Amino acid sequence: MNLNNKHVMLHDMSLRDGMHAKRHQISLDEMVAIATGLDNAGMPLIEVTHGDGLGGTSLNYGFPAHSDEEYLKAVVPKMKQAKISALLLPGIGTVDHLKMARDCGVSTIRVATHCTEADVSQQHISASAKMGLDTVGFLMMAHMASPEKMLEQAKLMESYGANCIYCTDSAGYMLPDQVTEKVSLLRAELSPNTEIGFHGHHNMGMAIANSLAAIEAGAHRIDGSVAGLGAGAGNTPLEVLVAVLERMGANHGIDLYKIMDVAEDIVVPMMDQPIRVDRDALTLGYAGVYSSFLLFAQRAQQKYGISARDILVELGKRGTVGGQEDMIEDLALTMAKEKGLI
Amino acid sequence: MTKKLKAAIIGPGNIGTDLLMKMMRSDWIEPVWMVGIDPESEGLKRAKEMGLKVSSTGVDGILEHVLNDDIRIAFDATSAYVHAENSRKLNELGVIMIDLTPAAIGPYCVPPVNLKEHAQSQVQNVNMVTCGGQATIPMVAAISGVQEVDYAEIIATVSSRSVGPGTRQNIDEFTRTTASAVEKIGQAKEGKAIIIINPAEPPLMMRDTVHCLTVEEPNRDAITESVHAMVAEVQKYVPGYKLVNGPVFDGNKVSVFMEVEGLGDFLPTYAGNLDIMTAAALRTAELFAEEAFFDRLTLPKRGA
Repeated sequence: MNLNNKHVMLHDMSLRDGMHAKRHQISLDEMVAIATGLDNAGMPLIEVTHGDGLGGTSLNYGFPAHSDEEYLKAVVPKMKQAKISALLLPGIGTVDHLKMARDCGVSTIRVATHCTEADVSQQHISASAKMGLDTVGFLMMAHMASPEKMLEQAKLMESYGANCIYCTDSAGYMLPDQVTEKVSLLRAELSPNTEIGFHGHHNMGMAIANSLAAIEAGAHRIDGSVAGLGAGAGNTPLEVLVAVLERMGANHGIDLYKIMDVAEDIVVPMMDQPIRVDRDALTLGYAGVYSSFLLFAQRAQQKYGISARDILVELGKRGTVGGQEDMIEDLALTMAKEKGLI
Repeated sequence: MTKKLKAAIIGPGNIGTDLLMKMMRSDWIEPVWMVGIDPESEGLKRAKEMGLKVSSTGVDGILEHVLNDDIRIAFDATSAYVHAENSRKLNELGVIMIDLTPAAIGPYCVPPVNLKEHAQSQVQNVNMVTCGGQATIPMVAAISGVQEVDYAEIIATVSSRSVGPGTRQNIDEFTRTTASAVEKIGQAKEGKAIIIINPAEPPLMMRDTVHCLTVEEPNRDAITESVHAMVAEVQKYVPGYKLVNGPVFDGNKVSVFMEVEGLGDFLPTYAGNLDIMTAAALRTAELFAEEAFFDRLTLPKRGA
């Protein structure tokens, strides 16, 4: 694989996807410390939002330690060169939240839908593009749609005004060949002015390999997170990706030692549990289940005595999509009743 | 005077067509007009085959017929953006408007909770909230009827096939209108609504989760009884409304997990979201007709 001199723009997820792994309880000081460290290391873009995006604060996903507005207002003014992005899932957040994020100084809005439901993003993508923001369409659970379906949905988002389209492996299910197939088709058929991005999860241990495959197939933006702080087995660990890109001669603009230090000195010590491919995280990837279900399934296991793995496998069979956290307790209750446990 | 009130349906899409099929069986409402904007639309063709008069020029196309055909009630299943104009034009002619869009210019109506109040007032426009609202607000009200609720949150999961282009383009209106009705009709101090669209095949049945935070420790027995009673009330017009799990108590959190199976009139039974909306709208109109027939409600005067 030759990525020599390829230009790659990295996008850190630790302060958004990492919120899942921290039950949305990252403190303002921790946010600022990580963001400042990443800014110093040369990270061009950092996402700051509730794990489930703007307006994600809820019983269903978890009440955060602070509001999106508080986090954004704490982080944005401290940045020297890094820009800040915010995620929004239509059906959870609204254009009102998007305007709040713009007023807080974000440069990028990423509008996320399930990979077959892009037409719910029209209001939000159009509003973001009209505000002149860098506007990204984020097609989640990309393993659940064919490349052709992905392309059709990507074109919808492009037509609403998105200037970048992501292939998002929310379940950490994809293998490099599948990434290549999807990203190549998007690159070939979308406007040359539209950037392509890839967002990986490490549930099958493939996040680095998948990211490299995406870059080779024409993706320019790659998501990851410092120390992998993210849902499931985490996102593509950025300090590792930076080291690999460095060896391959790709042009990434990050200071490797500085990002290694942010990972080791700041992020790892604040983890509530090791973020690794454990039995349940592996099940997410293997069964194709949304990564943020991990801790909810483990909590249901504790509460109802049903194995998290059994719950996750069943959720995969039922074709659940991102945001259906409520089905975890519901299913655990039903399984516990069937087993006569309650 | 016959007891049936004559009606127009605006919007021949999924909701309008399902509503029409239910209305054909009604003892109190007689569908006369189906209103669309595309003469080639499947929905208008279907309505014509079912014996309705059809207009393909929007509400303007029926205004001159309203008095002659004695249209007393109209159902708007178009979009939040055009509803206000439709309602103004028909209200002027003395037609009561039942709004199935999230426009919500009139008061919210969730039949088992507050339909009786509307039937006693001279209201010209009632809003049916959203499918998610119809499926969940009765549960919020069942809990808030027992004790004070600080916060209520609803999560509605619907199959991709049952969600038409109107809802998709207006998804913010769905979440805002539902959250607002959770507060106003569900009587929670703060409301939040989340909608998830799931494309699984075969399509999944509509699922709804309701979480409430009570101010004081929840009275488990009273809440459980109230929830079961309310499920029975909703089942009177949506027989497939089912309590799957709960109420579950966790500290001050009360959670209820519902499933809504439709009658399969227009879309298959998985589309309970469609049914609960159209059945609630029809039940609302039927109560108005019933109250008018027994002289407990005066219909708006007809314009000369």
